[in-house]
Amino acid sequence: MTSSNDFQWRRDQDGLGVWEHRGQVAIAGYGHSPVDRRWDEKNLDTSLGAYTIMACEKAMEQAGVTIDQVDGIVCCDSHIAGGSGGTASQWAPRPYFDPPYDSEYGLTLINAQWLIDNMGFKNVKFAPTGVPTIGEMVGMASQAVGDGVCSTCLVIYPTGNMEGRYRRGGENADDYARGARQWTVPWGNHGGNDFINIFPHRQYLMKYGGEHEDLVHFVRNQHKNGMLTPWGYNATHNIQPISVEDYIGSRPILNPLRIWDCDRPVNASAAYLFTTSERARDMKSQPVYVLNHSQHNFRFRTTQPDLDEVEMWTDRQAARMYEGAGLGPADVDIFNPYDGYSIMTQFFLEGFQWHGVKRGEALSFYAGDISVKGPHPFSSSGGNLGNGRTRTAMYTDSIEQLRGTAGDRQVTVRAETALCAFTTPSSGGWLMLGKYPS
Amino acid sequence: MPKIIPVPDELSQPFWDAVNERRLVIQNCTACDKLQYPPQAVCQICGSSDWLEWQEPEGKGHIAAYIVIEDGRLNRRMPDQPYNLALVTLDQDPTVNFYSNLPGVPAYEVPVGAAVELTFEEVAPGQLIHEWRVVE
Repeated sequence: MTSSNDFQWRRDQDGLGVWEHRGQVAIAGYGHSPVDRRWDEKNLDTSLGAYTIMACEKAMEQAGVTIDQVDGIVCCDSHIAGGSGGTASQWAPRPYFDPPYDSEYGLTLINAQWLIDNMGFKNVKFAPTGVPTIGEMVGMASQAVGDGVCSTCLVIYPTGNMEGRYRRGGENADDYARGARQWTVPWGNHGGNDFINIFPHRQYLMKYGGEHEDLVHFVRNQHKNGMLTPWGYNATHNIQPISVEDYIGSRPILNPLRIWDCDRPVNASAAYLFTTSERARDMKSQPVYVLNHSQHNFRFRTTQPDLDEVEMWTDRQAARMYEGAGLGPADVDIFNPYDGYSIMTQFFLEGFQWHGVKRGEALSFYAGDISVKGPHPFSSSGGNLGNGRTRTAMYTDSIEQLRGTAGDRQVTVRAETALCAFTTPSSGGWLMLGKYPS
Repeated sequence: MPKIIPVPDELSQPFWDAVNERRLVIQNCTACDKLQYPPQAVCQICGSSDWLEWQEPEGKGHIAAYIVIEDGRLNRRMPDQPYNLALVTLDQDPTVNFYSNLPGVPAYEVPVGAAVELTFEEVAPGQLIHEWRVVE
């Protein structure tokens, strides 16, 4: 099988110009599994493998594609939350089940080979290993289809969660700090996007004014949009939007970061079917077109990124994306940035200058009308905060808004372009979608 | 409660050896005239290892920002919660920063913007870490 490194697909440099395949690649279908809080380690119908098969079948069904037509699979190993240390989790050995659940694959880990073996794909010629997260996977698939490496490609993103307090095991239970952790852990930084962003966020408040609590407007709006997303965790579990008082009184984590600033880890899977625009026009559902993909992986210059670095990084992300798409801030109708922690989203909003929001203006923007029915339907997906940590709501909402199938979430403003991402300020990727190929 | 103990590797061994002698040394690229911390295999500007040397900066800094860890994930530090985690910039080059728990400063009583100076703290027999304390 090819590896992700065998295929030079990233658009991760400044000044690359308009993407050579702009409008020639499309998304023709998507599918979601149910979104559970955790897998109970017993019920095989709700394992990550079963949920991933379900998501793939839905995506193919929506596009009207058969298994034999799929010739590409881009799937990363799942990202496990739960009691152990994230992607370093060691759940095995455990009692296993009959095939295909006779190893960790299919239970908490998914990869392309397991899907090929267990779903009966016969014609897959592109199934790279070592695939990054969905923020980059959608770009990888877009480039592969555009380059002709494959023509009908499933992008699959499983995200798992099991019993136990969030990441309280593994290396976080160690008395010693090894590798890169020797520079952070002795002082209490367990590593992750919470720490990456909380210091720049504090500096942001000092530089531009405002209070941390001003984020409540954004968080509440995410919850409201989540309740309008039928497949998401909040809607399927009737998690009503929190009140201002709930937010202000909620448990501090990394003060000022509160529990409601953090997304809820879930057990779920999603799949997207990428194909050529030419093929998509004859498929079952309305395609949306890929106008550009871009990636970034900025290196920290020292221990902790500061506000200056984060603003510079997000400025560069925006410049790359807009240049590659041949669009500018005023052209973007739907904007679904990442919100795994509420404290990072303002950096993207201001970097991309969506609806004219400049540096230092996000909090006042949040306090205005950002509802899906208003003039500034910011993050109409509800993101992770409104749907659970699937990291896929941003993509699905963007597709639905462009198709006009977002139901109660459908915006009332123009919806012809959509910008969506799973990314942090330092690493990840963006995807620009269009209702039309040009 | 004791802090988590750093494990030196080949690259960081000279750094931790110096810390255990109560000295802070950080890399300097003599070609680029740029300090860098944590240590890296090459200069982050020129990409070369040829001009990297260890330099002992003046142990002076300022508190740029802080948070209070109320519900962290590190087992060994949980009894300390809540505790401060400050971001300290090095006066000699403010683009270089360090973490500090600001020993002696109660949680939430961090004087942001205050000057700090280098100190050291033992986290295991024979193993120190670098810390920063507020200059009175």
